[in-house]
Amino acid sequence: MTGQGKIVAGALAPHPPHLVYAENPPQNEAKAECGWEELRWGYERLRNSLAEREFDVLIVHSPHWKTVIGHHLLGVPSFEGLSVDPVFPNLFRFHYDLKVDVELSEAIHDEGRAEGLTMNMMKNPDFRVDYGTITSCHLTHPQWDVPIVSISANQGFFYYSNDVGQEQMLALGRATKKAVEATGRKAVLLASCSLSHRHFTEEPVIPEDMSQEYVQHHGQYLWDMRVLDLIRRGQTRQLWDELPDFIEQAISECKDGSLSWLLSALDFPDYPGQVHAYGTVIGTGNAVVEWNPAQRLKEKQA
Amino acid sequence: MSSSNHPVVKGLVVPGKPHPLLAPEKSPAWASLRQGFESLRQEIESCDADLLLLYSTQWISVIGHQIQADPEPEWVLVDQEWHQLGTMPYRFRMDADFAEAYRQSAAQRGLHARTVAYRGFPIDTGTVVALQCLNPDNRLPACVVSCNMYADRAETLVLGKAAADALQACGKKAIAVAVTSFSNRYHMEPIDPAEDRISSLKDDEWNRKYLDILSQGRLEDVSQLAREFSRQANGDQKMKAIWWLAALMGQHNRYEGKLVDYQPIWGTGAALVSLTPAVKAAGTLEYDEDDTEFYHGDRHVLASSGSSAAATLRSAESTETVATEAAPPTQPNPAGGQTVRTEAAPKPVGAYPHARKVGDLLFLSGVGPRQAGTDAIPGGPVRDEEGRPLDYDVAAQTRAVIDNVRTILEAAGSSLDKVLDVTVFLIDMDRDFETFNQVYREAFQDVGATRTTLAIRALPTPIAVEFKVLASAG
Repeated sequence: MTGQGKIVAGALAPHPPHLVYAENPPQNEAKAECGWEELRWGYERLRNSLAEREFDVLIVHSPHWKTVIGHHLLGVPSFEGLSVDPVFPNLFRFHYDLKVDVELSEAIHDEGRAEGLTMNMMKNPDFRVDYGTITSCHLTHPQWDVPIVSISANQGFFYYSNDVGQEQMLALGRATKKAVEATGRKAVLLASCSLSHRHFTEEPVIPEDMSQEYVQHHGQYLWDMRVLDLIRRGQTRQLWDELPDFIEQAISECKDGSLSWLLSALDFPDYPGQVHAYGTVIGTGNAVVEWNPAQRLKEKQA
Repeated sequence: MSSSNHPVVKGLVVPGKPHPLLAPEKSPAWASLRQGFESLRQEIESCDADLLLLYSTQWISVIGHQIQADPEPEWVLVDQEWHQLGTMPYRFRMDADFAEAYRQSAAQRGLHARTVAYRGFPIDTGTVVALQCLNPDNRLPACVVSCNMYADRAETLVLGKAAADALQACGKKAIAVAVTSFSNRYHMEPIDPAEDRISSLKDDEWNRKYLDILSQGRLEDVSQLAREFSRQANGDQKMKAIWWLAALMGQHNRYEGKLVDYQPIWGTGAALVSLTPAVKAAGTLEYDEDDTEFYHGDRHVLASSGSSAAATLRSAESTETVATEAAPPTQPNPAGGQTVRTEAAPKPVGAYPHARKVGDLLFLSGVGPRQAGTDAIPGGPVRDEEGRPLDYDVAAQTRAVIDNVRTILEAAGSSLDKVLDVTVFLIDMDRDFETFNQVYREAFQDVGATRTTLAIRALPTPIAVEFKVLASAG
């Protein structure tokens, strides 16, 4: 398959396991009464929106697959197993069964190398897929009937400098876009990250007790709103410039590069991103946001 | 506590990256580390220990600290980064009873802690490497505690002390294992493993300096140097594992240290160190960072009201153990019974608890009138800072003493009406006895406690009256 591929949607698709827990899918052992409806219903709006488009792969950049030596991609055609969140094992013990688009993974790998990045295919069949990948994919498309590509979050460059990390993700985003186009895929891209990311360090006795759920710090909230305001205005170049400060001052999970990668792959949307929801999970700020590249085309035609 | 009866018979520091376990043949450095692990395994075999107690910097937690309590965790681990090195199937023997004791002792010191026992729980690479290299036949049961990403030095010290409490309470001897790198700066690109080296000369120099101190047995010194080391050499998780180990092992320098090996693993500093309690210290303590016994940090970010009622409605079928309520301020004492400490009473002026409970009896340390938190003396001090006598109100001081006695008794689960015997110390019998006696009568006339009143030349703080109390425990 060559040429004519495209990114049909990009989404900020955060991965708190609480959201899967509260959905009560049959795959998850833990059961909830309710919880985090604002975000879950935001995901529902995202799903409804995506249902109107045809896509054949989900590409997720996952902060919970942490690597240091380059960017890794799943390179085994299928995985089946039990994912237990090491931080919230009481909430997330998910039996997964998923397919991987290895051809596309390899194409991203090769394009990344061409960009000068260190890339690595993960080919160990015993590998356990990280819960961030599973959570974001499940909430976006719970049917699990399209294959996925999962890209690890390289920690090394962001550790030394947010700006250096940004440059890496700029290249990785370009590589992803080129690979999608070259392989003819219709892809949905998922940046699996929260916005502000300072947690509470105690959990309510009932995890889904929403009377205990609020943003950890007002400063985080202000930063989250600043970021969402730029997204809603289509000012993602400005957002790119401000991301290093956001990462530092809001202890943002964008430090893992997912949002930067997505903005680069979408070629910096200058059209509004649709904020389907904003809410907090154990104090962290999370938003479900959708970008529809067809919108740019429509605006240009108009 | 003397070295001989401390519950930790040996301390180890080991690296947690999988290279020595999975690929020693690829690099002389990794092979050397594998041999070092084997040397430590033999040391462990020669020790009289009941369990291995691990702290791994690769088991990151957010909600307080987690303690592994699955008695036989079994899974197949592939490292997220080093998946090409191979697969690590594991089956371990964990001491679930000790894990629960550790949780309880952590809660008693103000920490948020919970045990985890879920099928398929992802035990971290550091733990798997350490246990498979040090204890491959599961000869000793193990207990593993997580590294909280937000924990600071104070919280980690208290976590270490809580481990010692739990060992004492259970009457167990342990080998403590800190699973950590030293400098943690990787080569960012693929390398030839055979030519692995520390990624930065500066890191290498700091590693050698730090390990030189540690190999002298100066564990408390390296604990107090940890912040500086981390700043200079990108220490693994701020060297929290060293804080934990030092606090658990007694916060001193009286160890025989042995640097078994120091090598690079993909640019990071990996060392194997053993510390055996010794009679003499290599040197006096070189640093003086604050110490703490109880964790007072901001962990109570959730409203305390409301949750309990909701929790009552929750089905009782939950199987996890979560420490959420304040525990009584008592902790096991190695010599028997339990010591009692409470923030509601004035801080002791020496190395003693507020009280100690043994059997049905509660022994209180001397109690004066100082106020908790401020150390203010109701009725005024008896002398100024230069030792000149001041006028003071002994009635106010006596009432404050009785209030403090009541506070400590109640913290220990007892009460004023359970007092059995009181010894009273007055610095001026002629001046103060009558007034003191009147106030005492108001509080104790119906209690029926025996009493002895003594004149004494001075008390440690500028106060006029102090009580020594023996009470029924409740």
